[in-house]
Amino acid sequence: MKILLIGNPNVGKSAVFSRLTGIHVIASNYPGTTVEFTQGIMKIGTEYGDIIDVPGVYGLEAYSKAEDIAVKMLEEGDVVINVVDTTNLERNLHLTLHLLEKNVPLIVCLNLWDEAKHKGISVDIKKMEELLGVPVIPTVAVAGEGIKELVSRIPQARNSEFSELSEEQRWTEVGKIVSRIQSIKHRHHTFLEIIGDASVKPSTGIPIAVLVMFSAFEIIRFIGEGLIGYVFEPLFYKFWQPLVTGLSSLLHSGSFIHSILIGNLINGEIDFVQSFGLLTTGLFMPIAMVLPYIFAFYLVLGFLEDFGYLPRLAVLLDKGMHKMGLHGWSIIPTFLGLGCNVPGIMATRILESRREKLIAAAIISIGVPCSALQAMIFGLLGKFGGWYVGIVYLTLFVSWVILGRVLNFVLKGVSPELIMEIPPYRFPVLYSLLKKLWMRLFFFLKEALPIVFLGVIAVNILYVLKVFDAVANFTAPIVTHLLGLPKEAVIALSVGFLRKDVAMGMLGTLSLTVRQLTVASVVLAMSFPCIATFVVLIKELGVKDTLKSISIMVVSSLAVGGILNLILKN
Amino acid sequence: MITKMSVADMESGETGKVVELLGGAGMQNRLKSLGIRPGAKISKVNSAFNRGPVVLKVGRAQAVLGFGVSYKVFVEVDR
Repeated sequence: MKILLIGNPNVGKSAVFSRLTGIHVIASNYPGTTVEFTQGIMKIGTEYGDIIDVPGVYGLEAYSKAEDIAVKMLEEGDVVINVVDTTNLERNLHLTLHLLEKNVPLIVCLNLWDEAKHKGISVDIKKMEELLGVPVIPTVAVAGEGIKELVSRIPQARNSEFSELSEEQRWTEVGKIVSRIQSIKHRHHTFLEIIGDASVKPSTGIPIAVLVMFSAFEIIRFIGEGLIGYVFEPLFYKFWQPLVTGLSSLLHSGSFIHSILIGNLINGEIDFVQSFGLLTTGLFMPIAMVLPYIFAFYLVLGFLEDFGYLPRLAVLLDKGMHKMGLHGWSIIPTFLGLGCNVPGIMATRILESRREKLIAAAIISIGVPCSALQAMIFGLLGKFGGWYVGIVYLTLFVSWVILGRVLNFVLKGVSPELIMEIPPYRFPVLYSLLKKLWMRLFFFLKEALPIVFLGVIAVNILYVLKVFDAVANFTAPIVTHLLGLPKEAVIALSVGFLRKDVAMGMLGTLSLTVRQLTVASVVLAMSFPCIATFVVLIKELGVKDTLKSISIMVVSSLAVGGILNLILKN
Repeated sequence: MITKMSVADMESGETGKVVELLGGAGMQNRLKSLGIRPGAKISKVNSAFNRGPVVLKVGRAQAVLGFGVSYKVFVEVDR
């Protein structure tokens, strides 16, 4: 049996899906979180069914790609669970009627039931079932309420006797139904609504945006630094260092196996940042330098996502983003990109035109450093003072803006206008917030750790084999003259193709001056995408545009690095 | 007096009844799917400053329209 979850954007389909299948998918409080189908298996009675989380659609007219796909999926589905936002019955029921006309067995999941109650909206479920001719189950998916009943009543899903209606007739019909099943108590604006409105008015919205961004940054730094200083560093120095020191003396410094596992001894001792062995830097870097910041970043991002702040930021930035050929909504993929470029680039799918997608994906992979790289920049460059970290961010930001403007000028076409729904502010549910955080951390541990380990091993083997020397000599003119870096830096920069945090870690072993480290950080962030980003770029943009983007990256990183080198020299 | 105007010309806080949508079928459909369709009551939340986007209250939901689109939605406002 194939069960489809269909509904308007941002009604909680992904939350329902997670509850039904136990499979964790990212759910946030803004439309367009799900850009790919997610499929899972659920048990109904003694039977198993395939359940599919379909991206949100407003209608079945096949006006957008998402709607097109939803219509096609509909032909294969055996049962449709229509997830409905109880607080927006009118708009949601329009889709419900449309689904009923298609003659598929349907069951309505009346989600956000608690929010509706809170807003003074009550719905007569009995009457609704009678008028629609299908089962209706109220739920609060994020809290798991009503899910059991929904599952037990899936077998009762049935076709209704609605015949094909025209657009106008459908709206009239919806109006009739809503007036018979819904009653609204008048109430005053809630606190969340008042700050919601204040966040989009320029006079209050801009100060709020500055405050939110500043606090977000400070909280991430506070949590990240705190975890490193009070938890992870003590753990490594107290418990791990004695163990690896013992192992080091067993293996004899300078032997092949010692180079791989322990790395180089710095002044006769293991240095977790510089030794660069698998068991020293290979573990310390991802766990004690990167993970704490990833934790802090995704905690804060998850809160902003679930609270519903990002779409409001999109409203405020819309005008500025138009100069880059984008509209304000592209700030959401950009924010995701600050965590990891891969989900950021995937989220550009919500943008309408191919041109927009190309611009957004290109400037994300060039100007938006992922959290792993940022953590390493903080860890290594931050030691010299916040000023240099600031220079890196400012340079990346300016390059991001300039590049966007240039692409907007060069690429033919117009930037589409923003037409989006703004979700209401919601207090995040702790359970879903933590679950989402865990998923993202787990993704990092599962996907990134093995590559970090592989990278460290590969680097050490190539060092022993002296392969790097040849490469370094070959590129020396560019690296030394243009960027002012030692010729070995090219090796670190090329390791960036594997993982940027490992590359940054390698730069840390070169005893660079602060000026060199600043230039190298910028070049590393801007040049090649890492391999994971590369793969997703090809998937989203195709080979041709990916190669175009990469050539833009190489050229602009060298240009910006060269200019920065000149500026900092004086 | 009932006046017909585009959403861009509404004052912030003002409520009006949608009477006409301009633009291509695709755009009109996206507007309709957000509940912005002839007959619907909408009110303006923010006053777009300096050619910025417009935030509207549509039923109990909110929608944002880019500056250009806001000239394509016509409403009747009782002033």
